[in-house]
Amino acid sequence: MIKGLALLSFCFLAGMWCGALLGSWLGIDANVGGVGFAMIFFLLLKEASVKKGLWNGEFAFGIEFWNKLYIPIVIAMSASLNVKSAISSGLLAILAGILPVLLAFWIFKVLIKKLGTS
Amino acid sequence: MEELQQVLEKNGLVFAFLAVGLLTWGADMLSKKVFASKIPGSALAIFLALGMGYLGGLIAEGEQGLADLPLFASLSFLGGGMFRDFAIVATAAGASFLLIRKSGWIGLISLLLGIGIFFLAGVALAWMMGYRDAVSLCTLGAGACTYIVGPVTGGALGASSEVIALSIATGVVKTIAVTILTPLLAKKIGLQSPESAMAYGGIMGTSSGVAAGLAATDPALVPYGAVTATFYTGLGCLVCPSLFYLILSTLLGA
Repeated sequence: MIKGLALLSFCFLAGMWCGALLGSWLGIDANVGGVGFAMIFFLLLKEASVKKGLWNGEFAFGIEFWNKLYIPIVIAMSASLNVKSAISSGLLAILAGILPVLLAFWIFKVLIKKLGTS
Repeated sequence: MEELQQVLEKNGLVFAFLAVGLLTWGADMLSKKVFASKIPGSALAIFLALGMGYLGGLIAEGEQGLADLPLFASLSFLGGGMFRDFAIVATAAGASFLLIRKSGWIGLISLLLGIGIFFLAGVALAWMMGYRDAVSLCTLGAGACTYIVGPVTGGALGASSEVIALSIATGVVKTIAVTILTPLLAKKIGLQSPESAMAYGGIMGTSSGVAAGLAATDPALVPYGAVTATFYTGLGCLVCPSLFYLILSTLLGA
């Protein structure tokens, strides 16, 4: 279990480091795409460890646990945000949640027609 | 009672697990009993959590929602940047290069198109509502992608708690909209084959919304939509705070 967790931790820290380096290289005070880099590292190392036969039930469990924990974490985060002052712009959340979806439906329809896939 | 409160405050993180677990349980019941499983339990739970954050803000008059109450202070630790980003990286466990090959170029095009559309539309709407700084615009555009890409982008760029809350709410509304509209519009837009479901997953992106929407349309399509939707959040977390932010801040001249 802890070996899988260690692999995940390594990828996370390496990715965050890349994000921080890219941020300072670009001159912005932010972690630029660290999560994305970490995911790429993780995907690569995951393939490698599957090939080497390291990836078994016990190993994957340490990662699976965090995979499953992500919605609960988002829930905890949502409850600890400044929702009170966001509520005045609540209309934006509704509009920006619905209008792009309608636009995407339309683009999907055009795309499917163009590709001619049935 | 005083002893209980002391125990709960001392073991805050454990209490946060309990609180989130109870909320999730309640949201699942609500989803099943009231909405006949038409709205994903996770979207409902996040929505309820935002409501709690609002109540917390009213009672404690702070800026951290429910976490301003001493009893719930650890919610901001469980939901803080470190755990959040770590758990998101762990979700890549569901992806693999085999899946990437399987989804092929339809997957790639639809993913890029999907993230682009939602981000641009989100930024445009935020602009119309009066937001002018690149960090807030980028976070809100990212929130229009999914309720994960929003807070990750906002966290990385240092957006305000209020803007991050708004970006999550946007993402949750999107999930619900996709869930409800998919079965209604599926026939009209030609969403009938496995290939089209793959393209659909890439364009819409929100994995819980796509899965729930496709399940209501035709359960056989769910795995195809999920193949591409899996990558949406990851790709969004990569490009929104980096490439898209740079483009935005250059355009705004900041």
